[in-house]
Parts: sequence; structure tokens; C-alpha cells
Amino acid sequence: MARIGVFVCHCGENISATVDCDRVAENAAGLPGVVHSVDYKYMCSDPGQTLIREAIREHRLTGVVVAACSPRMHEPTFRRACAEAGLNPFLCEMANVREHCSWVHEKTESTTQKAKDVVRMLVEKVKRNEALQPIKVPVTKKAVVIGGGVAGIQAALDIANGGHKVLLVEREPSIGGHMSQLSETFPTLDCSQCILTPRMVEVAQHPNITLWSYSEVIGLDGFVGNFTVKIRKKAKSIDEHLCTGCGLCTQKCPVRKIPSEFEQGLGTRSAIYTPFPQAVPNKPVIDKLNCTYYLKGRCKLCEKVCPTQAIRFDQPDELVEVQAGAIVLATGYDIKRADFFPEYGYGKYKDVIDGLQFERLASASGPTGGMIRRPSDGQIPKKIVFVACAGSRDPAKGIEYCSKFCCMYTAKHAMLYKHKVHDGTPYVFYMDIRAGGKDYDEFTRRAIEVDRTQYIRGRVSRIYEKDGKLIVVGADTLLGAQKVEIEADMVVLATASVASQGSEELAQIVHVSYDRYKFFSEAHPKLKPVETNTAGIFLAGACQAPKDIPESVSAASGAAAKVLGLFANDELTREPLIAAVNRMSPPQYSTCIGCFLCQPVCPYNAIEREEFKTRDGRLIKAVARINPGLCQGCGTCVALCRSKSIDLFGYSNKQIYTEVAALLDEALV
Amino acid sequence: MAFVCNWCTYAGADLTGTSRLRYAQNVRIIRFPCTGRIDFLLLQQTLAKGADGIIVSGCHPNDCHYTSGNFHARRRWMVFRQMLENLGVEADRVIFSWVSAAEGAKWADLVNETVESIRKLGPYQKYKDMAKSLEEWEVTHE
Repeated sequence: MARIGVFVCHCGENISATVDCDRVAENAAGLPGVVHSVDYKYMCSDPGQTLIREAIREHRLTGVVVAACSPRMHEPTFRRACAEAGLNPFLCEMANVREHCSWVHEKTESTTQKAKDVVRMLVEKVKRNEALQPIKVPVTKKAVVIGGGVAGIQAALDIANGGHKVLLVEREPSIGGHMSQLSETFPTLDCSQCILTPRMVEVAQHPNITLWSYSEVIGLDGFVGNFTVKIRKKAKSIDEHLCTGCGLCTQKCPVRKIPSEFEQGLGTRSAIYTPFPQAVPNKPVIDKLNCTYYLKGRCKLCEKVCPTQAIRFDQPDELVEVQAGAIVLATGYDIKRADFFPEYGYGKYKDVIDGLQFERLASASGPTGGMIRRPSDGQIPKKIVFVACAGSRDPAKGIEYCSKFCCMYTAKHAMLYKHKVHDGTPYVFYMDIRAGGKDYDEFTRRAIEVDRTQYIRGRVSRIYEKDGKLIVVGADTLLGAQKVEIEADMVVLATASVASQGSEELAQIVHVSYDRYKFFSEAHPKLKPVETNTAGIFLAGACQAPKDIPESVSAASGAAAKVLGLFANDELTREPLIAAVNRMSPPQYSTCIGCFLCQPVCPYNAIEREEFKTRDGRLIKAVARINPGLCQGCGTCVALCRSKSIDLFGYSNKQIYTEVAALLDEALV
Repeated sequence: MAFVCNWCTYAGADLTGTSRLRYAQNVRIIRFPCTGRIDFLLLQQTLAKGADGIIVSGCHPNDCHYTSGNFHARRRWMVFRQMLENLGVEADRVIFSWVSAAEGAKWADLVNETVESIRKLGPYQKYKDMAKSLEEWEVTHE
């Protein structure tokens, strides 16, 4: 027999000002099953909680209803109080008579009636609550970081320095990401490689970090603390244990005219290659799409010259499964490329380049050795036009957001150019100068005031070629939208940064949500910026939204801190408000009919197939089983189940139908 | 009767409270983890028990705490609504909406508008009677 206690809170005067609390308590005392009902000024205060604890012991209560504020406010408080008195915390429910009643209605009889109704509904519900035990799951204390740019590197190092094993997975042959391509960094103009490469080496040498380059994540199963990550290690055609990275093969390779991805197509590479001299790991891979042996079946020059016989033409791709407790996504961004800007002649005129290409031109290790030269004829340009917001903040291009770091790098480009070509003139077409950040505004001011960059507020409508010059046609909106034409030698487009190629597929593989631009979505835009909606999966860097280096690094450290916090536990406990398929013994008597329509609707892949077989292996019945570790308790399967075999703890059919009945049944009113 | 999800609309209705916005008293809220949990037989039962109108409200599309529960609810409702209409049930008595945790004012408006429109339709005694007579028929024919 149920023994329910009802506790009505006045919340000072917050509730009692419009609701007649004594009458609510009095009314509740008359409900079937209620053995104790009181009202008190502040239930959540220490004496209030003591009142509940003592009543539980004294009246041997089997359920508690606290009529007070929103359960989103104090449910944990009252559940804890119940647990302290020896009552299962899930046998405590809250009737929301403040946010949903006293605060939104006038002081009338029907407001008190509403409070009575809500209490009655919850009393009927709590009678049908079950004592639940929190779910405990073990934690695999190993993290997988996907993406080896600066964010991935930072996250991996922070987790590794925290004492846990990390697997860093990078799809390119080397880690380093976009930052390794940059020449100098704003606002200090220190060399990007000089600050990044020591970190890359640290990753390679760290005893807690395993680095798998040229590898991709192709599958993810499991749940927080217990993920299984499927990774494809693409064949490098090299035995990494034997290869010393001497580079003889890359020098001898006869295929030499392949546009280098690292140099953004401004330089070339061979078919067996390391992307750049400081690559980590500094061992080459064979690009099968361009290698003569893979295309025509002969050559093998690299095999002949290799002093350690490390070349393996028959090496297959390797599929590996890894156990991990947490995942950090750090897949970064891409920039918009050719064909996206036909009006700017990008992809048509060789001297219209993008920001990353300019970085390579300005880099001391780049194809021109750090000299700013036109890609078309190698001349030093005397006039460069930089076009900010090429694609960004442009609804017509479908990219409405601000790419965030272009204002800063455009100022930096203009400065670098001026420092290298003293008699040159840099022009910048801009919409707004967005230089929020430490020392950022000072930096752009310096580009304008000290380095005399000509900033023109307006957009460029068209670029065309005439007599070897690029004619940039734009408007100067500060001069009343006057038409401006500049005869430039080179044009640099600060093209929009977009989600990294393959982000959408990865998001689907790991089950995190993404926005309409394919950037991964954080769990809360302000208070959970590095978490995703999937527990145990975190975000670092520009895979979430365009971010500059300092922001990416702080996000990465934030994600690492979350991972370390998770790994501080040997076991995780979760609220047991999850779904379950009914079971009877023997188990094949489940009412589940095995239609498995619940499987595709589950957003967490938590529904498994369980088969019952005879001793000789004949299938008796297949039923659904819900993995309690994966289920988050949304209940979509419960509503869908045709045979009503699934129920949700805490929101069971019995509980919910009873709530409706309790409100509307005339017998109870 | 209002069936709302815990993460968006319940929180939105809490915000209505914290903002001290007033709305009609004759609504009772039942908390669900997600609108995807709502079995539409429950709506039918609720009308049968004598509710005159129902609000179902969850997170906006793409904001679902559970990624896709609200889409399932929407799809289910589109089918169910047609079925109700074919059966001659007044489907306008069920209001389907999205109220986020930040839309306290929208919740108040939604309740007020719903109460007003349901009031125009009047009590749904017909359905209740029908359900009752069906129940009695079932009892006598068992």
C-alpha cells in the first residue's frame, strides 16, 4: 500500500501570495494513499528538508511529492534529502506550483484549484514510480583525438600530460594542419612554424601519445567511457619501422610535377613524398593516384634506391578497432576554393590567389623562399589588392557568417608585403574591420598607420585582366559609393572559411549534431562550448566555427580539461531514466514482436537485436534489447513501439496515463 | 492539457514564470523527456477523459536535446492529424507548437491563444460521450 507524503512550500510569499497553501495541503491529505501532508515556509531550507527526512522515517513513506518550484530548480535537492532519509531518490516528484502556477496567475480560487490539481496528478504519478538505481559504467581511460592541427595537437598534449593515453588520428601524411602552412602569425608576427614544429615533435615523442597519420575514423560505437573507434590506416606503402626518413626516394622519384597540397598548388611534389620538410612523422607516403608503378605496373625506382628496403608496394589498408573513453573532434576548417568566385576570376587568372596561397608565398620555406612573387611570371608585384569578406557575410553566396580571422590575416598580409616590398602599395577592400582580441585592434591600426595600407571600405564587384594588369572594380562607400578602379599586379582573396571537407560524414559517424554550415554544434553556445550533445565527445578548434589560433588552442585545452575530468572517475553514474524492453522469464516471452522499427528511430543506436536459440542453434525469437549505457531516455522508441513492449523509467506509460486520468477523472476531482 | 518536453518548452514555461508573465489558468502541464516520447494514443485518451484541447510543444527543429525526437513527433502528428480528421474528430483541438527555453513570452501567448480558440469550439462533450459509450459497449460485449 502506498504511503505518500505531500510537502507544500510557500517559498516565502512567492507561492503563498496567490495560492492558498494550507488548503492545498489539506486537500492533498484527503487523496487516496496520502498519509502525511504539511505546508512550510521554505521547504528547500535546512529545516524544510529536515521536515521531509523526519516525515519519511516517521510515517514510513513510500513516495514524496514536493509542491514547490520547478523540478529543474530543486529536484536534485529534494531527491538528495529523500536519499539521506533512506528513500530511493526516484520516488520523489515535484509539483511545479511556482513557475507554472503562482507566478503566472492572479490570486483567485482557480489558481489554488490548479495547485491542487497539479499535486493530485503528481501524487498519482509517484505511486507508480519505481525505485531506480543509478547506472554505473566503467571508463576506458584513453582518448582519441581526431585531427592533428594545432587544436588536436594541443588537446592531445594536454591529455597526455595529464597522465592518460591518447591516440591522435590525422588523415594527412603529417600533423600540423593549416597552422604549419602559415608564414607569420598575428598580432606578434612570430613565425608559425617556429612555434608549432616543437609541439609537433613533442607529440611524436610523448610516451602517452600514439600518432596515426594517414588514417581516418570510419566508425564509432559505444557510449561515454566506452567507445569503440574504427579507424582505417591508409596504406603508406612504406614500412615505418624500417624507414629512416632519409628522403632519397623522394629525390629520385621520376613523377615530380604533382601540385603540392601543402604549397596550395604553388609548388610541386613527387609521387612518394613528405608534405613538407618539418613533417611529423617525417616519413614519406606513396600517392597511389600518381605513382607510375600503381598506374602502369613498373618503375619501382624508390624501392631500388631505398637503403633500408622499406618500400612495400603490396601494403594493404589496415582496419583497426580502438577502445576509448572520450573523443575530441579537432578536424578544423577549409577555405573556399576556385569556381566559387567567377566574378573575381579566381581560378582563371593566375595572379588572383587566396589567403593560404599568400601565406605560402610569404613563408621562408615556401616555393619562392619568402619573396612575394606573382605566380604567373615571377615578377614582384607593385600593387596588391586584398579583398576581405570574399564569400563571408554574403547571403548571396550562402555563407552568412563572418569567417572571423580574415580581417586580421589580411592586415598581416598587407604588413608582410610592405615589409618585403618597400615600394609596393597594398590596398584592402573591407566591409568592417573586425579586430576584437588582445592587441588585435592595435595591429590593424599599425597596418593602416605605420605600413600605410590603403583601406577602402566597400566591396569589389568584378576583376578582369587588361594589358597584363588585373583591374579591380569596386566601390568606396565612405565616398558615397563612388566607383573605384585599381590596376593591380596581384589580388589576394580572403576567402570564406568553411567546415572541413568530410565534416558532415564524420558528424554522422560519431553522432554529433552540426549546423547548417556543417560546423559541429556545441551542447550549449555559452555554458558548454566544448561539449557536444553526445556525452564523451568534445570539440576543439575550428571544427565548431571559424576560430583563430589562440581561440583554437584555448578550446582544445578546454576540451582536454573535460576529458581529464571524465577520466578522474573510475566509474560513471548516470540517471537511470532510460527505456527498456519488457522481459519475462523465460526471456522469449517478451511481448516484443521483433519488428525492429525502433532501431532506425533511435538517435543513439542503442537498440540491439537479441536472439534466443535452441540448443541446436535454431532461432526461436529475436527481440529488441536496449543498451542501458547508450540510451539517453528520449522515449521516441516507446511512443513508436507497436506492441507496447518498451517503456521508459520515470516516464512510463502507467505514470503518464495516470497523470492524465488523475486530472480529468471526475471520481478524483 | 499541455504535453511538453523537459528541455525546451518546460524550461520555456519556467521562464514565463520567472518573467512573471500572466496567462490563462486552465492549462495543466505534463512533463515529458521529449515530444518524441508522446504516444498519440495518449492524445486520444486525453480527449476521451474530457480534455477540451491539447497543446503539444517541444524544441524547435534541430534543437532537440535528443537530436531528432521532435522530428519524429512532427511526422507522427502529421499522420495522426489526418487520421483524426478522417474519423471526424476535431483536430483543431490539438495545437502543435515549438517553444524554446528562451521563449517565455511565446509560451504565455500560446496558452492564451489556445484557450481562446478552444473556448470558441466549446467543451468537447461529444467525444467524451462517444468514448464513454464505446467503453460501455466493450464492457457489455466482453
